[in-house]
Amino acid sequence: MGEVNTEVTLCGVTLDNPVIPASGTFGYGYEFAELYDINCLGTFSFKGTTREPRFGNPTPRIAECTAGMINAVGLQNPGVEKVISEELPKLKKCFRKKVMANVSGFSVEEYAETAGMLDKEEQVGWIEINVSCPNVHGGGMSFGTCPEAAAEVTAAVKKETSKPILLKLSPNVTDIVSVAKACEDAGADGISLINTLLGMRIDLRTRRPVIANTMGGFSGSAIFPVAVRMVYQVARAVKIPVVGMGGVSSAEDVIEMMLAGATAVEIGAANLVNPYASRDIINDLPRVMKKYGIGNLTDIIGGIR
Amino acid sequence: MKQGIFEISANERLTECVMKMTLLGDVGAVNAPGQFINIRLDGLFLRRPISVFDLDTENGTVTIIYKIVGKGTEQMSRMHAGEKLDVLTGLGNGYDTEISGDHPVLIGGGVGVPPMYLLAKRLLAEGKSLSVVLGFNTKKEIFCEEDFKALGGKADVTVMTVDGSYGIKGFVTDAPVMKNGDYTHFYTCGPEPMLRAVWKNTVTDGQLSFEERMGCGFGACMGCSCKTITGYKRICKDGPVMRKGEILWEK
Repeated sequence: MGEVNTEVTLCGVTLDNPVIPASGTFGYGYEFAELYDINCLGTFSFKGTTREPRFGNPTPRIAECTAGMINAVGLQNPGVEKVISEELPKLKKCFRKKVMANVSGFSVEEYAETAGMLDKEEQVGWIEINVSCPNVHGGGMSFGTCPEAAAEVTAAVKKETSKPILLKLSPNVTDIVSVAKACEDAGADGISLINTLLGMRIDLRTRRPVIANTMGGFSGSAIFPVAVRMVYQVARAVKIPVVGMGGVSSAEDVIEMMLAGATAVEIGAANLVNPYASRDIINDLPRVMKKYGIGNLTDIIGGIR
Repeated sequence: MKQGIFEISANERLTECVMKMTLLGDVGAVNAPGQFINIRLDGLFLRRPISVFDLDTENGTVTIIYKIVGKGTEQMSRMHAGEKLDVLTGLGNGYDTEISGDHPVLIGGGVGVPPMYLLAKRLLAEGKSLSVVLGFNTKKEIFCEEDFKALGGKADVTVMTVDGSYGIKGFVTDAPVMKNGDYTHFYTCGPEPMLRAVWKNTVTDGQLSFEERMGCGFGACMGCSCKTITGYKRICKDGPVMRKGEILWEK
């Protein structure tokens, strides 16, 4: 087999490869550009942005787990205005591709307003609506655990935007398919999943939770099978593209996610352990494709038999 | 920051639960005292951040001193010379030696002692004279006293123990140099209650090194953020060293 083709098309925009560093693990990109040329990425999803600046939760925000970690950062970000005036100009200098804007909020109106502002930015190619952050109260996940609320956010954001919107869903639900379908019916252009699983650790010495916020989002390779299962369920149920994520840490994992139905794949916690993880996965993709007889990566989307 | 594979050239016990490990590899990214390295360990997800004790650019070694407190450091303590580790080096801002004046004081407490060593060497190389205050709970927990004493006459070393079993009895803030205010700048690293006491009882500007549970260690995850007078900072990337005037004590 000769050259392989790693291109995929996500909501009408072609990516050189399906690898997308996930929101919250890649800052606003330029930090990683000091390490390697981030133009090798398909794209990346930038740090979850809210209308107002947020400090987030008290520390400790991080806990070690077997094959994973818990975080309870709580959407720390400088607010959408500063993202537009300070972070995006810095990114423009080191990233020539379209970026995925990640948006979070505490009310339907806030989601719509923030997304609307980012929609006007030339470099933004997609808007990922995070209705699944487990680390904030009165927002985030509460919208993504109820089909009606998720649909309401979708419709409101859709009204304020012209670019493709993807709804990022929480795995902390009984029936993720019903949430995904509600988003699709309300006009979502794509679905991304899964956000972190709600988790907790206790320090045996102090008998207190390790995380100051008691609970947090569990991610890392341990959650990969859960993610594959949910991507599979959702991809079979909706017609819009699905971006798969959750514990992906190798080129093999990328291909497995795509077989389950993902059009593109986000890499999260792996970037925190190995800052070069996304680049390494991209570099390794052709080898793994050849090994499994894959010429065109796009051909295997949903290719599970 | 640089990622590299390092070979352990020594891993020896200093006290019952404090070890010293020397790593051989590309140390080119380590450029300031007070920086840390982040070590990947088999079977553990997150890396373990440990501050730099000493650096030898000629032989390409970086030395760390760590206390065995959990799974990661326990695993490190069982490793032998010749074994290899995946390490991120050159993390954190480190101490600024330019603003020290000609007679700074260096105050280390417990596992906050190690970063003071490379700092002392740098300051001495810049022609400054130093006071060094090393604080420990008790005699059997003391380590590295000889290393500091071997630095020569321009470094005046005082050891304090809380229980008085060695050196002068008391906290680091009870050391004569601290009482007399006879210094031009202070540098410190140690447990947070000690940092607070030093912050409160010093008469000059200074630099304090902080610790926090970290996700990545290089500024990507926002896991170790803190509030300061000059805005939100990431302990791993904008710190771990902060200026006296920017610190906001919370909790």
